[in-house]
Amino acid sequence: MRKSKITKLRPPLTDKNIRALKAGDHILISGKIFVARDAAHRMFEKKPPFEAAGGVLFYASPTPTPKGKVIGSIGPTTATRMDPFTPALLRLGLKLMIGKGRRGTEVKEAMKKYKAAYLVVPGGTAATLSRHVKRVRTIAYPDLGPEAVLELEVADFPAIVAIDCKGGDLFEQGKKKYQKK
Amino acid sequence: MREILAKKITETVKKLCIEANTNLSEDVVEALNKALSKEESPVGRDILRQLINNAKIAWRDKLPLCQDTGMAVVFIEIGQDMRIIGGTLEEAINEGVSRGYHNGYLRKSVVADPLKRKNTEDNTPAIVHTRIVPGENIKIRLLAKGGGAENCSAVKMFTPSASREEINKFVLETVEKGGPNACPPIIVGVGIGGTFDYAPELAKKALLREVGTHNSEHDIAQWEKELLEKINRTGIGPMGLGGRTTALAVNIEKYPCHISSLPVAVNIDCHAHRHKYAEI
Repeated sequence: MRKSKITKLRPPLTDKNIRALKAGDHILISGKIFVARDAAHRMFEKKPPFEAAGGVLFYASPTPTPKGKVIGSIGPTTATRMDPFTPALLRLGLKLMIGKGRRGTEVKEAMKKYKAAYLVVPGGTAATLSRHVKRVRTIAYPDLGPEAVLELEVADFPAIVAIDCKGGDLFEQGKKKYQKK
Repeated sequence: MREILAKKITETVKKLCIEANTNLSEDVVEALNKALSKEESPVGRDILRQLINNAKIAWRDKLPLCQDTGMAVVFIEIGQDMRIIGGTLEEAINEGVSRGYHNGYLRKSVVADPLKRKNTEDNTPAIVHTRIVPGENIKIRLLAKGGGAENCSAVKMFTPSASREEINKFVLETVEKGGPNACPPIIVGVGIGGTFDYAPELAKKALLREVGTHNSEHDIAQWEKELLEKINRTGIGPMGLGGRTTALAVNIEKYPCHISSLPVAVNIDCHAHRHKYAEI
């Protein structure tokens, strides 16, 4: 197993960026990323309210912003719930998804086909992650309250590649390695 | 007869909501540190370090530990020798939740109808479990329960012939099925006995017991340790990326049950295990 490395990425991303990623790699993202979760995904139907091609989508919804701060706490929600809506977004060219928890077979297949990767950030590190957010803007569905679609400007936002575009899956590899019969 | 103002209950619940979400309890921090010293996976150690550090940042910056600040679950014991004046109990609790989630900048994560799914915008109503007990005090245990881990919970109606191994298998299957989605390292509450509805309540009560403490019955305490060991052999690890730390604790609570039943419930909480206690 090769040693995991740190890759810096700035969207928009290309197939080449994604091919270079391997499950277990550490990533630092800077630039624009989009935020959406359950209720917003149900409203996407044909087209999401952001440019999916080359984009990064973070499954999250922050806590309200206290006075004097850019954003409240923001961390990942369970990606599995977004599975039914994901292949359509990958077809449009979405390159990275950030969340927590596992992905289904159909999503993994679509990730191979359309060249995309799935990153995880530890759930429950939302106070820390908020420090990497430099700017926030609501871009769609403000009526959804905490579930509105946001655009974030992030700096060195840390994540780990859980599933790469060749089918490498850190959930499976890691579990197998540390399992005791 | 002692009289307690409803607004005193509101004030206490409000404080508990904010504290639970911004100040990770000592028992959990201690368990995370202990896990870090034992964890063999480098990614696992990295995640545990991030969790411990995040708790410090949350406290320092007065920010919630996790963006999912949970649904408020309140276990309240009311002394029968006192009375509440100036309002009703459930209203007082819900007003406390509403103010806590508003003033503490906590996320509003409750929808008014499970099917229509419109947000109530103040995180109410709370789930309230009330018991009338001897005495003249009020004891409040609050759990800010995240949705991800709650979704990984389960109940099963065993029959009395079920062996300890079969129950272990059910607990392990529940943990495996949740896997990374439950935000491990998890806290596992197991409720054994009662009825179909009461076993999950016992499991939730079990979650309220301090991490690192054990059931007062020796045999059950041993079972807790045995189950924890088994869960930590699954390899799921912190955030499911592999490692030796899948759970920080297994807490079991029991209750008498019908001669033909043996209900077992498993309620899972994530590592951002937000539980607080107050007495009025």
